[in-house]
Amino acid sequence: MKTFPKGGVHPSDNKLSRAQAVEALPLPESVNVPLSQHIGAPAVARVAKGDTVKVGQLIAEAVGFMSADIHAPVSGVVTAVDLQPNGQGIRQPMITIRREGDEWAEGIDRSKELVRECALAPSEILARIKRAGIVGMGGAAFPTHIKLSVPAGRRVEWLIINGVECEPYLTSDHRSMLERSEELLVGITILMRALGVGRAAVGIENNKPDAIARLGELAAAYPGIRIVPLRVRYPQGGEKQLIAAVTGREVPPPPGLPIDVGAVVCNVSTTLAVYDAVQKNKPLVERVVTVTGRQLREPKNLLVRFGTPVSALIEAAGGLPEGEVRVLNGGPMMGRAVCNLASPVVKGCSGITVLGGAEARRGAESVCIKCAKCVGACPMGLEPYLLSKLARRQLWERLEGEWVTNCIECGCCQFTCPANIPLLDYIRLGKQRVGALVRARAAANTTKK
Amino acid sequence: MVLLYTVLTLCVLGVLAALILYLVARQFRVEEDPRIDEVEKMLPGANCGGCGFAGCRGLADALVGRDDISALYCPVGGAEVMKSVADYLGKAAPEKEPQTAFVRCGGSCAKRPRTNRYDGAASCAVAASLYGGETGCAYGCLGYGDCVAACNFGAIAVNPETGLPEVDAAKCTACGACVKACPKNIIELRKRWPKERAVYVSCVSKDKGAVVMKACKAGCIGCGKCEKVCPFGAITIQSNLAFIDSHKCKLCRKCVNECPTGAIRLVGMEPLPRESKPAAAEGARTGAAEAAAKQHAGKE
Repeated sequence: MKTFPKGGVHPSDNKLSRAQAVEALPLPESVNVPLSQHIGAPAVARVAKGDTVKVGQLIAEAVGFMSADIHAPVSGVVTAVDLQPNGQGIRQPMITIRREGDEWAEGIDRSKELVRECALAPSEILARIKRAGIVGMGGAAFPTHIKLSVPAGRRVEWLIINGVECEPYLTSDHRSMLERSEELLVGITILMRALGVGRAAVGIENNKPDAIARLGELAAAYPGIRIVPLRVRYPQGGEKQLIAAVTGREVPPPPGLPIDVGAVVCNVSTTLAVYDAVQKNKPLVERVVTVTGRQLREPKNLLVRFGTPVSALIEAAGGLPEGEVRVLNGGPMMGRAVCNLASPVVKGCSGITVLGGAEARRGAESVCIKCAKCVGACPMGLEPYLLSKLARRQLWERLEGEWVTNCIECGCCQFTCPANIPLLDYIRLGKQRVGALVRARAAANTTKK
Repeated sequence: MVLLYTVLTLCVLGVLAALILYLVARQFRVEEDPRIDEVEKMLPGANCGGCGFAGCRGLADALVGRDDISALYCPVGGAEVMKSVADYLGKAAPEKEPQTAFVRCGGSCAKRPRTNRYDGAASCAVAASLYGGETGCAYGCLGYGDCVAACNFGAIAVNPETGLPEVDAAKCTACGACVKACPKNIIELRKRWPKERAVYVSCVSKDKGAVVMKACKAGCIGCGKCEKVCPFGAITIQSNLAFIDSHKCKLCRKCVNECPTGAIRLVGMEPLPRESKPAAAEGARTGAAEAAAKQHAGKE
């Protein structure tokens, strides 16, 4: 069975909510919709306090090249366009809407009926995706229409659909693949059409045999689509790892992109959002979020409108357990701790993981014994112990030379470290600083010219 | 015989290598001004980088090389050292007013309640890159001591009681290392008054008054009372935050009494006697702060 060639770890998968069908979370009383839910420039609000909005109405517009539109996730009255604290306690511009009923904007098809045929031109498909405000829903939140715009002179050979969901605990993509299999396959054909590519592969880890079987059965009717079962290994869902696992090709280091090896990767949820946008004219206003944790009473998969407070999701899963807990936006490997439970669910949020007891705490740090476990675990072939040490000493130039920008922040190094050294904390800091240095250098070069 | 040849060959090789080295050294010799060494000896030798060069040698090189040395300054040695260097080189001594670092955050453990617990790497830079911090204030001091680690002179230390760093003005050389190390831009170099006196706003929060009040009892709420009372126009309010210009300030201390939250810090001086009833309890002060915040919110 296929997998990626270098590094990786195998945490216990803890997919507690694997068998729970997706259920819709009751609509919240009010939502806070951040203007920046994607990589790139924040959108600009097109509504003001007092405006009445319907579900799916454009409330913030993309500005500049790298940005994405944002639509009202609930109907009601805009009560504020102001700074609100996000999950990390940092105040960001958000649009607050007080919900009144559930009235949808005109022209959106909300029926469950499957629309198979799509005869649109690739440019029209891209335009619809852009208009729906779709971004990568696997976590990075990269605007999808930009990813699908293939630069002139490049050819796409592979469309790879990411159904790996290698992150422990999370099951949102798994459930979507099971419950919306046909829609997913239609979505893939639409993406293939948009990219002008004849073959697509859906990478799924073999801890989801039901999804592999179901999609494999249905895919026979869709020419060009192949289901690729993969051996379970974290971080197989990383873009570069998935490309390596499926095609055997290695994406060159930054600024290299998947397109350099002829691949475009799209997440399962993103593909479903593309189906909704193109076939149903439905903008991105909701997503499936896994709410999970060993100490939660009922781990669940919920269909959640954006802007819903994280606390509402946790309540729906049985409430916060007693004692000190760690709430993560995402899974335990790559998720970011949430210090403000009133913060909203955004486009890139695939799960809320609540860890309690010993799981919630990091072990006490001791000294590095140079066991090189981190080196063996790094899927990018880096030397995490060295990177972290250089970052601690603030030797940014040397860090750049050690390819710190290649790090995908998967956390394998920290997971495997027997000394509990916060390797990734420092590497991430180093990556940020080196990134800033590289950008400053590029800016200086352009002004010189 | 073999031994002799071996030794001889080595000797010849050694002589040849020495000759080559000698010739190369003569040919590519770098003429260096002997004054650079002298100037370097005059400098404190802390190699702190406060002058903007990597070390004292770099500054000495620039001092000797440049005709106009007005832009160069050693914050550690101060005016005295600069004068002796300038006299030695026969150039005009650069002048700069003495400065000290000030930590502009008053959110001690008691005044700024914790809302979460951080257990990542104990570094302000790392914590700041991850999130807003352990309290409700995203601007305040994180308290992991990056500034302490950056200081070469032992002039700054975190007070375990307040959780905030404190500067020992006597040791501070105003090299600016802590200013650069602080990811929240809390530390500022300000004019050094005689007898270590100072009046400054001990807060950098740009949040609105009501938000600040919720997160911290010692924050600047941007109410503008200090701006109004200042007879010298030294105080300006920008994005809900007061700033005292240390060049215009005459240490009259009127603003200190006016501040409803106590965000304006007074160092090395007694506060002015209060005109009305002295604010006996801390509770009275908080009450006044709430009233001021409300009044301010009403204006918006």
